[in-house]
Amino acid sequence: MSTATAPGRRTRPATRRRRGEGGRHQGRVALLFISPWLIGFVVFMAYPVLYTVYLSLTDYDVINDPSFVGLDNYRELMGDEKIRLALRNTFVYTLMSVPAQLAVSLGLALLLQRAGRAAGFFRTAFFLPKMTPPVAVGVLLLMLLNGQNGLLNEFLGWFGINGPNWTTDPAWVKPGLVIMSLWTVGASVIILLAALQEVPEELLDAARVDGAGWWRRLWHVTVPIISPAIYFIVVVDTIASLQSFTEAYTAFFGAGNTTYSNDAALFYAIYLFQQAFEFLHMGYASAMAMLLFVIVMVVTAVQVMLSRRYVHYTGGAR
Amino acid sequence: MRLSALTGTFVAACLLAGCAQGTGDSEETSDASFDSSADLSGEVQVMGFGAGDEIATERLELAEEELGEAKVDLVEGDLDIQQFLSSVASGEPPALVYAERSQIGTFASRGAVVPLTDCIEGEGIDTSVFRESALGEVTFDDEVYGIPEFNVVQLTQANADLLEQSGHTVEDVNGSDWAAVLEANKDLMQMQGGDLATIGYDSKLPEFLPLWAKANGADLISEDGRTAQLDDPAVVEALEFAVSVYDAQGGFGEVKALRDSADFFGDGNQFASGSLGAMPMEQWYVSVLNDVSPDAPMAFDTVRDLQGEPLAWASGSAWAIPKGSPNPEAACRMARVMTETDSWMAAAEERVRLREESGGLFTGILTANEEADEAIREMAPTDGDSVWSQAVAAMYEANDHTFAMPANPAGDEFEQAWQDEVNKVLNGQKEPADALADAQEAAQDALDEAWASWDEK
Repeated sequence: MSTATAPGRRTRPATRRRRGEGGRHQGRVALLFISPWLIGFVVFMAYPVLYTVYLSLTDYDVINDPSFVGLDNYRELMGDEKIRLALRNTFVYTLMSVPAQLAVSLGLALLLQRAGRAAGFFRTAFFLPKMTPPVAVGVLLLMLLNGQNGLLNEFLGWFGINGPNWTTDPAWVKPGLVIMSLWTVGASVIILLAALQEVPEELLDAARVDGAGWWRRLWHVTVPIISPAIYFIVVVDTIASLQSFTEAYTAFFGAGNTTYSNDAALFYAIYLFQQAFEFLHMGYASAMAMLLFVIVMVVTAVQVMLSRRYVHYTGGAR
Repeated sequence: MRLSALTGTFVAACLLAGCAQGTGDSEETSDASFDSSADLSGEVQVMGFGAGDEIATERLELAEEELGEAKVDLVEGDLDIQQFLSSVASGEPPALVYAERSQIGTFASRGAVVPLTDCIEGEGIDTSVFRESALGEVTFDDEVYGIPEFNVVQLTQANADLLEQSGHTVEDVNGSDWAAVLEANKDLMQMQGGDLATIGYDSKLPEFLPLWAKANGADLISEDGRTAQLDDPAVVEALEFAVSVYDAQGGFGEVKALRDSADFFGDGNQFASGSLGAMPMEQWYVSVLNDVSPDAPMAFDTVRDLQGEPLAWASGSAWAIPKGSPNPEAACRMARVMTETDSWMAAAEERVRLREESGGLFTGILTANEEADEAIREMAPTDGDSVWSQAVAAMYEANDHTFAMPANPAGDEFEQAWQDEVNKVLNGQKEPADALADAQEAAQDALDEAWASWDEK
């Protein structure tokens, strides 16, 4: 018997060891598989970010060694009038573009839902502009929104509306940029369309039976159900808007353009770029990058907090 | 591209810079020995220069012959400053760079390019043939850092039909009499349905403020490049005049929108379509107009100061040798051959031949090399009856009356400071005097900081 129990006693630790070895082996395999990403993350993300933090505490012009200046760059940030202007421009643009992009995306997605067999064609058609290089969008902006002979004003003219000078009147520059940002809502449309197709038909039927019209069904049934998708789009678009660069830079600051409309189109990322690569103030630009990082974090954190109240996940998960 | 791509670029620069720490402050220890008779070898990588036309290719061929065993490798396209500086920081710069002359002061002050004193002596580059203003633009703190080439100058370019219809001549819009310009502007401009249909006169703000200031006897920056002079009353007066041209036409926004709508490089350009009366414009546009709309009713003159003397704000390109250049000897020889008189002559002859072949007109080349300019001037039609001959004659006259911005270590910041404030005047946000007072403060701060860094070295 003792011989029978002895192996039994020995078996349990052996099993644990096998499981432990197996777990460690699996862990090593997992690490091996994700190591390309990990290495990439450390080399191309973590190190540069940490190095940017270091540079933000220095005076650095790319050629000469960085010289440590402590928090001078951050103090200078606080007193820089153009930082305030660039931030104001960026926030105003974000506050206009994110709701506009969401509304247009949702509108197009609702239309697409009713498109039946043609939905595939329109889905592709709406997504294609997303493939347009942003530099081309910047050039298009100048052509389509020209106050004299731009297509948009020609269109408005059909309705007797004398369109503004979108590209030269500072008051209309940001609305013009927002309109051009709608050019690339395709990805959001696809995401919202997928979410709309998940809305249970029986809930909409029940609302219909209760006498709810289209608008009430949309507002009280559809929107709450697709709110996770809306939330995702709002977060992503907000971050993208806070980092807007290429279209405005191409249109108003790139080669061949004068710097007219600076006041209206000087986004934070553009000013950062100027400081870094035109004026070679890499230390200052690094401090600007850190400030933008903090702003994006704070804005996103606020959105996460708000999402707890307004975003509804099916199954009770949040 | 959103900021993610920008960040990528930034990160790449940081990485390169990180790898290259310590290269910057070390003394230049080049043991290059420049000798025009020496045999050369290796590679000459050139950043910023493209062999896009016969003027480039002809000279390049001559340079390649002179370089012997050394082979030229062009990194074509305009100079990418970030790429260039990163390459210097990482210790792997090209042998030679081709930059705008206005950038040389900044590069020199950062230690990105080396003084060319030894190169000039060793290769026997005759700097006396270069235009004073061109050489001045690449001379930083009494040392030459670039070998200049090309000169860009402005001419008064006008629509002769519109001038005639409004009872004016090109003399009224050449800038010698600002009251006459304003009068002609009002007579030339046309409105249609409340919109501007024809720009009377375009004073080309914000970029041409230095030209208007000089016409009024003022420079935006002192001769030594250390002191901003943006709040000089003569500069304020110049800005007031240039802005009033737009105010009379409904504001700069109206003019700019119409300006932007023109088919600038095509046969629907603003002169051919009659949507512009007159403007100061760089001389290369004469060649464009002659090519795309040879029958456009044109009239040309130099731009003139208030004493009636021709005047032009010159800019152009320059060859410079980066710090740590792997082949400075070959780089120097290439810079010499590309800018010497014989090379320009060969290039001009080839252009004349090609223009004759295509039935076009040779409108001259401004090389920044006075000797070459004089020789090429003989090949261009400057004494004919056609307006194009008048244009070429005006171009050469302007070339003899140029000024340039002195090299300074804060070129871009200085320019940004006054352009930002001029834009505020154009937007109606500020009055000229207030704007230029603010510009003065910002520009002087930038200059002081940059010069302080340089002086500490």
